[in-house]
Amino acid sequence: MSPRFRTRQHAPAPSALYDIPGPRAQARHLLYGVLTTLALAALLAWVVHLLVTTGQFAFVKWRPFGYAGIQELLLRGLGNTLKAFALAAVLALALGALLAAGRLSEHRPVRWAGTLLVEFFRAMPVLVMIFFVFVALEVQPLPALVTGLTLYNGSVLAEVFRSGVLSVDRGQREAAYALGMRKTQVMVHVLVPQAVRAMLPAIISQLVVALKDTSLGYLITYEEFLHAGRLIAINMDYTMPFIPVVIVISAVYIGLCMLLSWFAHWVARRERGNVKNEAVPVAPAEAAPTMPGAEP
Amino acid sequence: MDVLTENFSLYGEGFWGTVRLTLYSSLLALAAGVLTAGFRVAPVRALRAVGTTWVTVLRNTPLTLLFFALLLGLPRFGVALPFELFAVLALGCYTSAFICEAVRSGINTVPVGQGEAARSLGMTFGQTLGAVVLPQAIRTVIAPIGSTLIALAKNSAIAGSFSVVELLSTYKTLSENGYSVIWSFVWIAVGYLILTLSISALFHAMERRWGVAR
Repeated sequence: MSPRFRTRQHAPAPSALYDIPGPRAQARHLLYGVLTTLALAALLAWVVHLLVTTGQFAFVKWRPFGYAGIQELLLRGLGNTLKAFALAAVLALALGALLAAGRLSEHRPVRWAGTLLVEFFRAMPVLVMIFFVFVALEVQPLPALVTGLTLYNGSVLAEVFRSGVLSVDRGQREAAYALGMRKTQVMVHVLVPQAVRAMLPAIISQLVVALKDTSLGYLITYEEFLHAGRLIAINMDYTMPFIPVVIVISAVYIGLCMLLSWFAHWVARRERGNVKNEAVPVAPAEAAPTMPGAEP
Repeated sequence: MDVLTENFSLYGEGFWGTVRLTLYSSLLALAAGVLTAGFRVAPVRALRAVGTTWVTVLRNTPLTLLFFALLLGLPRFGVALPFELFAVLALGCYTSAFICEAVRSGINTVPVGQGEAARSLGMTFGQTLGAVVLPQAIRTVIAPIGSTLIALAKNSAIAGSFSVVELLSTYKTLSENGYSVIWSFVWIAVGYLILTLSISALFHAMERRWGVAR
């Protein structure tokens, strides 16, 4: 991404899309800004009004969150979510490495098998795979969720690894072969370390996708965070505090994902300034799905 | 094979439901995404903040949570809409954040001279963006937008678990009627492959026709 059109949050940014505003344009922009802020404030006020009139801030609706049992239920749900995420992340990284090695193989049948698997798992909705494992193979919710997430994210990560290895400067490979290294040595000692470091932002961003998708476990009755929230939300004894539950759960989920996304951006910034990445372009911190059948 | 031929209308209904969801959500996502991209490069700071917040929050929200909040939450405020409309809303808003980022990265690839030339002709920000920069920007990001819409088609499977008629949820009726679960899933998978590969082919064709590499 070139910085030419980047607009900074502060200071009148130099952008090719508009002139540096003069006094009249500044006044006009100020007016637009004030109008936008007013519209947002009105929207917010309306939402708060709606929440207050329907009694969402009533003490009885929030009291359950003070109970030790409820807190334990939510924490156990969060723990299950993180457990599924950790398992899926580790297995997906391993599967991704395996599939990438397959697609980069010199043997045509291995390459074809790798390509077929990667393309198939990327083209399938992850939920179809999870439901297939859960319903057709009749396994427990956690293994079903982890299997689905591993297959999907593993094949996406395989493409990330592969494009990373392919984007390493050709001279690196040639120099390694010139030193008499074998193809496995070239891969393990020269190409992969550089590829992984440069692809780290993209890898972490894909893990954000995996973290978000653990919430699909809710649909197959895995007792994760959303499931715990629903148990509280439909409980008559607590006057069914649906909106408070959604507020609490969204805050935690979005917070976790934003933390991981921020980490990916931080890594991207750091790696871009790293002299070790001279021979390979650092990937942006974005999980970019490519089209099935598209050759990057 | 029997599973498909004997339940063709059921599969057809489910497939058509998925196609409808994908189509309507795509339109919403494209409209909202391009609008938000415009916000993110606007000269007004408040609009930029709105765009950034929209994208950051939605990109970090699990889609299931969004479905959960919208489909089960909004009815509590007396918003009674068909579930399918709620699903289109959830899918469209979620995907618009990704469309926005794709379009914005396209805007960044348009040479500076284009914007400068437009401004020197006296064009306003809206004219520069709408008539000069965006048409060129979108042509460079046809492939990423295609990938995003494929992801949208796949994500629409979640709607089935929230009482919307779509392809994945047909397995329930089929297994109740005693059909082989494995085969019913095979045909569901084929349905999704047809849909994603058609979108892929459509966008490849569009890219060949209009695409620009920069």
